[in-house]
Amino acid sequence: MATAPVPDPARTVNVGRRVFLGMVGLGALGVAFGAAVQGKVGQALGSGVGSLLPGGDQFTIYSVSGSFPTVAPHAYRLHVTGLVDRPLTLTLADLQALPATRLVRTFQCVTGWRVPGVHWEGARLRDVLDAAGVQPAGRALLFESFDRVDTESLTLAQARLDDVLVAYRMLDAPLTVEHGGPVRLYVAPMFGYKSLKWLSAIRVVETVVPGYWEENGYPVNGWLDGSTAPTVPPGS
Amino acid sequence: MAGVAAMVPVRLVRFDGVQRAAHWATATLFAVVVLTAVPLTFGAVERVVGRHVLLAAVHLWAGVALPLPFLVALAGPWGRHLRRDVRRFNRWTDDELRWLWSLGRRGRAPDKFNPGQKLNAVFVGGAIAVLLGTGVVMRWFGLFPVDWRTGATFVHQVLAWAMVVVVAGHVVMALTHPTAMRSMLLGWVPGPWARRHAPAWADEEPALPAGATAGRTGMPPRRSGPTPRRSPTAASLPRRRARPPR
Repeated sequence: MATAPVPDPARTVNVGRRVFLGMVGLGALGVAFGAAVQGKVGQALGSGVGSLLPGGDQFTIYSVSGSFPTVAPHAYRLHVTGLVDRPLTLTLADLQALPATRLVRTFQCVTGWRVPGVHWEGARLRDVLDAAGVQPAGRALLFESFDRVDTESLTLAQARLDDVLVAYRMLDAPLTVEHGGPVRLYVAPMFGYKSLKWLSAIRVVETVVPGYWEENGYPVNGWLDGSTAPTVPPGS
Repeated sequence: MAGVAAMVPVRLVRFDGVQRAAHWATATLFAVVVLTAVPLTFGAVERVVGRHVLLAAVHLWAGVALPLPFLVALAGPWGRHLRRDVRRFNRWTDDELRWLWSLGRRGRAPDKFNPGQKLNAVFVGGAIAVLLGTGVVMRWFGLFPVDWRTGATFVHQVLAWAMVVVVAGHVVMALTHPTAMRSMLLGWVPGPWARRHAPAWADEEPALPAGATAGRTGMPPRRSGPTPRRSPTAASLPRRRARPPR
């Protein structure tokens, strides 16, 4: 009784529903496994090609003020003020004279985008603070930017971690203006927004003052492991 | 009968007022979402434009609103025409699948929309759903693990590019098919056009009297009802009717 299937002109297939649900399913898979796939693809192609893919390995540049403050490296000054014994005004050469720390880390934005294998170089924030001499009343830091809008905060304990830098090199080159040059903060154990660009001043204060992104809803303590307590998580 | 009908310059309602309003509201919101996405994506533009937080907020809320015109148009008693078209997007005959796989060389596609148009509509719907979902993960990131945020950013950006390509193609098709584009502006297509491009639909769709506008409901006014109001837009159009149907 086996007969060849006769095409039935009245037969319809729910193609629309299948395509729609298929797209939603693929999207969900991409959310769950996209980070892993992206990492593998980036490794396979090398970061040069990987950064050309949409959504792959590239920095998203934020400007909260409407322009990038351009400060010539020779004119750069970092003011260290507040509850310190010796208020300082440091040049780029002063910072470079401090012991240099090199780090290679994945730059991770709190909203999701990440760039693996970013090279950083700078002075430890701890060394800058020790040069100024933090007074006993100073328990927190307030960072200011040349863009006059962005601010950031750290507790003194966070600021004294080994991988918190006053960075002047990134990606094996002097910091470019779009990445916050000539000098920016780099807080390696926290999400990207804590690493304030175009660092102009460090003020030692008594208590944490939430910064620009914190006022816009981001956690004051943005540890990469997801914890938001001020205490340094174990392993950092 | 068909020959006689072909001689009468009738119009068919392709999109009623509700559908057109939903389409253009969606298009406007899409333009806002794309324009605000440009500086959020490209550092060189962000450098000039700045105002990151404001742009991100506009992008977010325009994106959240993006599916609303369609859903509102679909949901109420006013959505009969749209619901019928959504069923057309969904149900494909074997012939239409063959048409799609052969890019129009084989199979028949006599329905109101050809398989390419149907696929475009479904893709845009699916893409908006996924872009909304991934956007929610990116914005309310605190509720999701970091790997999910990275995956969501990845999917959001890849699909956004695909969406821009597809919508650009949609716009090119519209600009090169003026009769079809006019139906999204004024609602109607000429009967002969419908019989040439969508014969199955032309047979089932009730015709508007010549000169009538595609009204809010899109249904042809009944003869017994009040005389259909002629809008100045419709009055300015009939020059086209002088062309004899082929």
